[in-house]
Amino acid sequence: MSLAPARLPRLLASAGPGRATTLAEHLAGDGLGRPAEVAPAALREEVERAGLRGRGGAAFPTARKLDAVARGRRAVLVANGAEGEPASRKDALLLARAPQLVLDGVALAAAAVGAREAIVCVRERSTAARVALAAALAERAGSGRDAVPVRIEPIPDGYVRGEETALVRQLDGGPGLPTATPPLPFARGVGGRPTLVQNVETLAHVALIARHGADWFRTLGTDASPGSALVTVSGGVAHPGVREIALGTPLRTLLEQAGADTGALRAVLVGGYFGTWLPASVALGATLDDAALRPLGAALGCGVVAALPLDACGVAETARLARWLAGQSAGQCGPCFHGLAAIAGQLDALAHGRAAPDALARLRRWTGGEVAGRGACRHPDGAVRLVRSALTVFAAELDDHARRGPCAACRRTPLLSLPRRGADAARIEAAA
Amino acid sequence: MSDGLRVDPIACTAHGLCAELLPERIRLDDWGYPLLDERPLTPELVAHARRAASACPTLALRLGREQRARSG
Ligand SMILES: Cc1cc2nc3c(=O)[nH]c(=O)nc-3n(C[C@H](O)[C@H](O)[C@H](O)COP(=O)(O)O)c2cc1C
Ligand code: SF4
Repeated sequence: MSLAPARLPRLLASAGPGRATTLAEHLAGDGLGRPAEVAPAALREEVERAGLRGRGGAAFPTARKLDAVARGRRAVLVANGAEGEPASRKDALLLARAPQLVLDGVALAAAAVGAREAIVCVRERSTAARVALAAALAERAGSGRDAVPVRIEPIPDGYVRGEETALVRQLDGGPGLPTATPPLPFARGVGGRPTLVQNVETLAHVALIARHGADWFRTLGTDASPGSALVTVSGGVAHPGVREIALGTPLRTLLEQAGADTGALRAVLVGGYFGTWLPASVALGATLDDAALRPLGAALGCGVVAALPLDACGVAETARLARWLAGQSAGQCGPCFHGLAAIAGQLDALAHGRAAPDALARLRRWTGGEVAGRGACRHPDGAVRLVRSALTVFAAELDDHARRGPCAACRRTPLLSLPRRGADAARIEAAA
Repeated sequence: MSDGLRVDPIACTAHGLCAELLPERIRLDDWGYPLLDERPLTPELVAHARRAASACPTLALRLGREQRARSG
């Protein structure tokens, strides 16, 4: 089989800007055969050979989850488009632009694990995504592409609502709160049945792998992190937005494409508000794949990259994010609820030059291992990772704030965006 | 995860009894929630650990082989 060329975009290839690919366009361009024609076992193997890892944040090998759920009976497939990360727009954009590709992935993965039903979760406030998804599903009715019933479930905002056990509970009519598992959803999820929870981008890659094969998938990316990924660039860049990159792309290249002034950069946040600050010098030498980021203490996560220019304040920005993340605790686990609030409080006090002399020592102790790993879900781990990296990267600024109070940059409008109330503007667009 | 000793973080409401009954492996954090020591339980401590687990008013401290593992 001759391979399709190794070029970008893949996921965002089909439609023109600003609208969704229709089913007819999808079939002409990148449609698959009827899902039933791809042997389920063959797909699992192909996904394994492709080396696909989840794009929802944890980068777990997708084939392993497919196998685990396939072993159970009467499974359920949940496509995770909750996109609780405030700086991420990639899932909304993917659903708005290429809903047919995602739905193909849903149908294929459902068949591969023997699922009886599929549920596509979409962030409630992402209006364009919801509308496109509903229209795409209506177009598919009677097309024979969906072997199992598919329904759409809007998910309200909230950082932990997109966590897989929280998602399962919401789908069962409960609150959007994580559970202290085991059992995990792959063993016992929606309605007590084995449940495959997969990010919507992951499923779109599954659809492409089914169509073009594992070898093609591997023509982009690195050996350890094959394929392409959607990233959302924000912060101090001229052209923020969603881009599709080959994994292993230099971070410098991405920042330049997004119009960052790489000569006037203080730091880059990689992996989202759950992620890691890298000082500019390190960031500009890094590549965007986990094997390269891991030694730097970072991971690509859900693909959020935020640039902090020299004239912004990393202390104020981090204090603000920490306060928000603390507020996003589901409040079920003491160390998460109290610990994140205490961390945010100390950081705030430091940023305002009003901290006790032992504030930094306390912050170090709390972020050093007295909070992370102690919740039912990984929410506290992510929040702690962010603050811990800030303590290192912005050490000089922290010291300065502790002594002299807020700096000039503290008074500027914050760069890193947090959710506003009310519905999002329908303006989500690819930056390319 | 110290040899089978674990806390259900949702069930735990910081009564703190466990730290009194098993100070060799459990201390409390700044908010009164237990921090477990990574070292495995020695044979002499197993009985104390069991007592601590059954004394927890919310049965949040558990002793068993079960490990938590999650993909994300
Ligand atoms: C606090 C928290 C929030 C999460 N939010 C999301 C989310 O909004 N969307 C998502 O796809 N995964 C989210 N995840 C990861 C999911 O639990 C799960 O790992 C993922 O959906 C699996 O899909 P993947 O393997 O295709 O990445 C979150 C995890 C945590 C700990
Ligand atoms: S760790 Fe935090 S966010 Fe996660 S379930 Fe516990 S309280 Fe909720």
